[in-house]
Amino acid sequence: MADQEITLMKGNEAIAHAAIRCGCDGYFGYPITPQSEVLETLAAEKPWETTGMVVLQAESEVASINMVYGGAATGKRVMTSSSSPGVSLMQEGISYMAGAELPALIVNVMRGGPGLGTIQPSQSDYFQACKGGGHGDYHLIVLAPASVQEMADFVDLAFELAFRYRNPAMIMADGAIGQMMEKVVLPPFKPRRTEEEIIRECPWATTGRVGMRKPNIITSLELRSEEMEVINLRIQAKYREIEEKEVRYEEFMLDDAEYAIVAFGSAARIAKKSIEIARAQGLKVGLLRPITLWPFPSREVARLSQKVKGILSLEINAGQMVEDIMLAAGGNAPVRHFGRLGGIIPDPDEVVEALRNMF
Amino acid sequence: MTEEIIIAGFGGQGVLSMGKILAYAGLMEGKEVTWMPAYGPEQRGGTANVTVIVSDDPVSSPILSSYDTAIVLNQPSLEKFEPKVKKGGTLIYDGYGINEPPTRKDINVYRIDAMDAAAEMNLIKTFNMIVLGGLLKIHPVVKIDSVLAALRKTLPERHHHLIPKNEEAIRKGMEIIVKAGQD
Amino acid sequence: MTREEIIEKGTVVAKKPDLLNDVPMHYCPGCSHGVVHKLVAEVIQEMGMTEKTIAISPVGCAVFAYKYIDVDWQEAAHGRAPALATAAKRLWPDRLVFTYQGDGDLACIGTAETIHALNRAENITIIFINNAIYGMTGGQMAPTTLLGMKTATCPYGREVSLHGYPLKITEIAATLDGTCYVTRQSVHTVAAINRAKKAIRKAFEYSMQGRGSNLVEIVSTCNSGWKMSPEKANKWMEENMFKFYQLGDLKDTGAAK
Repeated sequence: MADQEITLMKGNEAIAHAAIRCGCDGYFGYPITPQSEVLETLAAEKPWETTGMVVLQAESEVASINMVYGGAATGKRVMTSSSSPGVSLMQEGISYMAGAELPALIVNVMRGGPGLGTIQPSQSDYFQACKGGGHGDYHLIVLAPASVQEMADFVDLAFELAFRYRNPAMIMADGAIGQMMEKVVLPPFKPRRTEEEIIRECPWATTGRVGMRKPNIITSLELRSEEMEVINLRIQAKYREIEEKEVRYEEFMLDDAEYAIVAFGSAARIAKKSIEIARAQGLKVGLLRPITLWPFPSREVARLSQKVKGILSLEINAGQMVEDIMLAAGGNAPVRHFGRLGGIIPDPDEVVEALRNMF
Repeated sequence: MTEEIIIAGFGGQGVLSMGKILAYAGLMEGKEVTWMPAYGPEQRGGTANVTVIVSDDPVSSPILSSYDTAIVLNQPSLEKFEPKVKKGGTLIYDGYGINEPPTRKDINVYRIDAMDAAAEMNLIKTFNMIVLGGLLKIHPVVKIDSVLAALRKTLPERHHHLIPKNEEAIRKGMEIIVKAGQD
Repeated sequence: MTREEIIEKGTVVAKKPDLLNDVPMHYCPGCSHGVVHKLVAEVIQEMGMTEKTIAISPVGCAVFAYKYIDVDWQEAAHGRAPALATAAKRLWPDRLVFTYQGDGDLACIGTAETIHALNRAENITIIFINNAIYGMTGGQMAPTTLLGMKTATCPYGREVSLHGYPLKITEIAATLDGTCYVTRQSVHTVAAINRAKKAIRKAFEYSMQGRGSNLVEIVSTCNSGWKMSPEKANKWMEENMFKFYQLGDLKDTGAAK
């Protein structure tokens, strides 16, 4: 397959192909709808015969995330993917990885909850992804793709960010982005790093004491409170740096907008259609699409709140990101939420109607 | 040009693969395409539908409130999607198993008896290609050559000998589609 | 007279392995962990694997094993060590990868990870310290606690009607097609220590030869948890633990090859 070939595939398949192409060393996962195509595609592609990438179906999501911990601790580029209930099971491992400062990629193709919920798309894991999820003071770097192309592009980006900051990163998609097919240009092949490169680039990794260097210990444990506070403060300083440098967002038709929709992932796609419809009716609406959900584009929302008459948080959930928008807007403009629940995706007409009714 | 299409019917009728071929053909013509299935537990006989958008411009929402064209292959799908066809839009239905035909007067309604034709031709598996042929007759969203190229691209090599049969089915569909009320 | 002076004058009969760090251990006097740590350190060194070892520590008394044995360590969440080891070994196939786990970690909360890693024939070794009690958290009932044995959470003795039966996970492991070497040892006498060391060496060698997964159980004492002197604990272990957890090899498919 030529590097630049345009092809048609599902978002989940794009994740798998991008992983193989961006030098991923290992994937560990467990089937769950609507993301099973990630593991299925990897199993069909047999990358262990080409790039040498390890692919393993684990016995559970708990095992998957801990395999990711074990692999990441050796400096390898490793990942897992799941959907909401499975990602709930992974929270223990995610917290441990944040504590041990391990770079890795977790993909959540969200479905509606709570509990077993539905297999239909949802964005109701925003709180879980951005506000902790597991125990302790930590953050994941959270990327929200809005197209199949971004599913492919964000795999390498997530790994780059994860390794730059030694922090787990998440691609947070939903069943719609995972299941739909769009055209995609897959990233060019990048070789997996050699063992020598890993040892050089990740001097912290548990690769064995090559050259009789001092042992490396990967742990999140420190029983002395004074020491543990120092570790926490260092991690928090890292988060401040990420907030400073890594905010990503897209603006759409905001220049003359009187109202703004803030939406991520598939909701942002719906928002764009709603904006077309609203503008045809004379309502000047624009979109701010956070691409990083954490770090959240608070500064951009604050700026927006000073120039628009109202902000609508369009989310496929009961209102989660809206809290971050309200904090950022600081009362400058009214902030409302619109969403559908239970796996129902709002259609563009109802969003326009919501806009009209709310402001 | 943007064509927003919903294809709906029973699982096993080839609804999703018909949409996929259409999207693939669009892709091969350099168009922007989105194929968005309503997914569920994989089940033959359950309902299935897929939204296909073929456009000259980047596609915004894969989820739509209304459609330029609805292709409905069973009664529940007809009831669900007839009201969602845009005014002046198109509705294509297979008469097989339809007890309550469409009633809207502000849209163009076409009937294609693809199920009967597929049975006559002893090619039940090309049913969806007959329907696709009907669509292409009414709205040449993509060229037939692109569809055939898409089939070559998406079908495993061992099924490539079936491509002429698929072409035959597409041409059959183009022949038998009729404006409703004229049959 | 200093320690160095004593050593200088006499013949060395016992020596701390180079890979055992010269720091005070947090283990209780009389605990079996210290002896097993020494054996593991000796075997790694004797095999020349210091630069190629990735070890996984558990949650339990051995949580700080990484402070004592001077190799690279990953500290796992409770019960998940075999999952970490699975990835580490698959990603670095020429490394010696082993986990060091207790009975609560391995046979209770981590049962799924243990069974599946063993059954996938991961080329790793699991060192399993079975002292029939939760030591670190203060002596609660373990999956391996014997019937009638008193712990903080079965203060009147383990009863089948209340707590079910003690789990022989090593016997289960021996039935799995993925395991190569499954053995049960102890370290309460010099002879036993020598046998245990040979077992660890064999398991590590099989791991490196790619023969499948290996489980070395060490039936151990927890004199603090059992509320006994070290000497009495050893005696109690011989009289009670060995009856239920019989010592010896349960499976060795490597020997036949």
